[in-house]
Amino acid sequence: MKDKTKRKLVPWLFLTPFLVLFIIFMAYPTIYSIVISFTNFRAGKFNFVGWANFKFVFNDATFLKAVGNTFILMLIQVPIQTFLCVVLANFLNIARLKLKGMFRMLSFTPVLIDAVSYSIVFSLFFSNDPASLANTALGLFGVQPVEWVNMVWPARILLVIAVTWRWTGYNSIIILGGLQNISHDLYEAAELDGAGPVKQFFAITIPSIKPVILFSVVLSVTGTLQLFTEPNLITSGGPVNSTLTIVQYLYNTGFKAFSYGVASAGAYVLAIMIAILTFIQMRVTKEKD
Amino acid sequence: MNKSKKTAAGVYMVIPYILLVIVAIVSVFPLLWVFFAATHTNTQIYQTGMAFALGGNIVENYKNLMEFSNIWRNLANSIFIAVVYTVLVCLIDSMAGFAFAKFTFKGRDTLFFVLTCSMFIPQQVTLVPLFIQLSGMGLINTLPAVILPSLTNIFGVFLMRQNLMAYPSDLLESARIDGAGDLRVFFTIVLPTMKPVLASLAILSFVQMWGNYLWPLIALNDRDNFTVPLVLALMRAPGQVVDNGAIMLGASMALLPVVVFFLFFQKNFIQGILSGAVKG
Repeated sequence: MKDKTKRKLVPWLFLTPFLVLFIIFMAYPTIYSIVISFTNFRAGKFNFVGWANFKFVFNDATFLKAVGNTFILMLIQVPIQTFLCVVLANFLNIARLKLKGMFRMLSFTPVLIDAVSYSIVFSLFFSNDPASLANTALGLFGVQPVEWVNMVWPARILLVIAVTWRWTGYNSIIILGGLQNISHDLYEAAELDGAGPVKQFFAITIPSIKPVILFSVVLSVTGTLQLFTEPNLITSGGPVNSTLTIVQYLYNTGFKAFSYGVASAGAYVLAIMIAILTFIQMRVTKEKD
Repeated sequence: MNKSKKTAAGVYMVIPYILLVIVAIVSVFPLLWVFFAATHTNTQIYQTGMAFALGGNIVENYKNLMEFSNIWRNLANSIFIAVVYTVLVCLIDSMAGFAFAKFTFKGRDTLFFVLTCSMFIPQQVTLVPLFIQLSGMGLINTLPAVILPSLTNIFGVFLMRQNLMAYPSDLLESARIDGAGDLRVFFTIVLPTMKPVLASLAILSFVQMWGNYLWPLIALNDRDNFTVPLVLALMRAPGQVVDNGAIMLGASMALLPVVVFFLFFQKNFIQGILSGAVKG
């Protein structure tokens, strides 16, 4: 009997280190954050204010603008990146491709550089200076120099380019993993049925890699909704808040203005948006099956 | 007929090669550029042509960088945080993954469900409470403040669980019958067979922590405690006289260890990304 109780404790022995950390640094702050979102912090004390912080957030033009900006970036960036990833993954999967390993390796080197360094590099490549790399390249096509970070759309496009540069290779490797799991028999059977490469691509390849594409899209949607480093360092949220993202707003309210309640309320709004979007994406792909 | 088919296929292959070469160049160019820029003056960096030649300003850049912050100390902070985090994540997550993979116990499925759900909660939700909590513990502005909250790496638990489920239970039983304690069985018999997946988890964790920006920015406020990315970002903050040569030298100091690390372990790196996607 005693031995039996002892055996029951064994899994908890393995779980304890993780669980202790999880409770202290994840479960507790997640719940604590709900409490904070219903309070305001004045002179070292939390006072209950009901839904005031949520009301404030939903009426704050800056927050609404940040939500709009973040969604604009997401709606442009994620489809472009996903398209590029599917193409790139299929090319990387070509059986007769030479130097396959090298191409795979090089295509995801962008995730090696830290977010701050790459943001600074991109802000230099796309600086307003007529001699910047981007403006020189445009000049080759007779395009006038662009003041990238002084204009709304160039600033947004610049962020889309930067994020796409960083994550396309990484997500292609994810999709490549799905491609490699497709059985060759499927293609052979299709070939016997007289299906050409294009038909094979849409009838076999795309349906087979739908789950990995979904995974990559969920990752990218969640990632763009949480954009911080790039807009903070490349565009500083400008011009006139037109690239200010949700997380920048949360950082500014929480750690520059120290409105803890508002920042927590905003963070929960973000969490709910992410949950809803993830749920929708999963439903959409499931229904089609 | 056969020959013409071959040439046609050869022509089709040109498109992938062209695209792949472009992708490779575009991917690598900014990284190489960082190293070149580290040798140039601030003015030269704004001139596009310099990217293909080494400049002569590296000593001056180094002097300016050191004047701003003791970059070696910052590099040491970065290394300490990333290495301690990586080792602890591998240890803690493989233990938890083992419990989920090889034991049936009361509440296991509920617990697993709770962990799955919390994976969807964005980190931003916990920023304010963590800041208050860690201030209360007196840990704000110390390196553990960066490490501790990140240790709740649920992805790692899932990854280890997936891989440990494949470990034959018979082997565990026979080791237990031989009288070895569970912890000893785990660390001396099970874990050594998990080296490939541990390497993947280690590399992903290391790179992730190495480039971490938002939380360290909140948790650290003293330049001596900064990681390299924090110093680089601060060098461009409003009100600073920006010296991009010095910044790029700092950036290359942060980049070089990761590139070397990557060249040695690139197989595990790719494997890590794949395992996260296909199984997770």
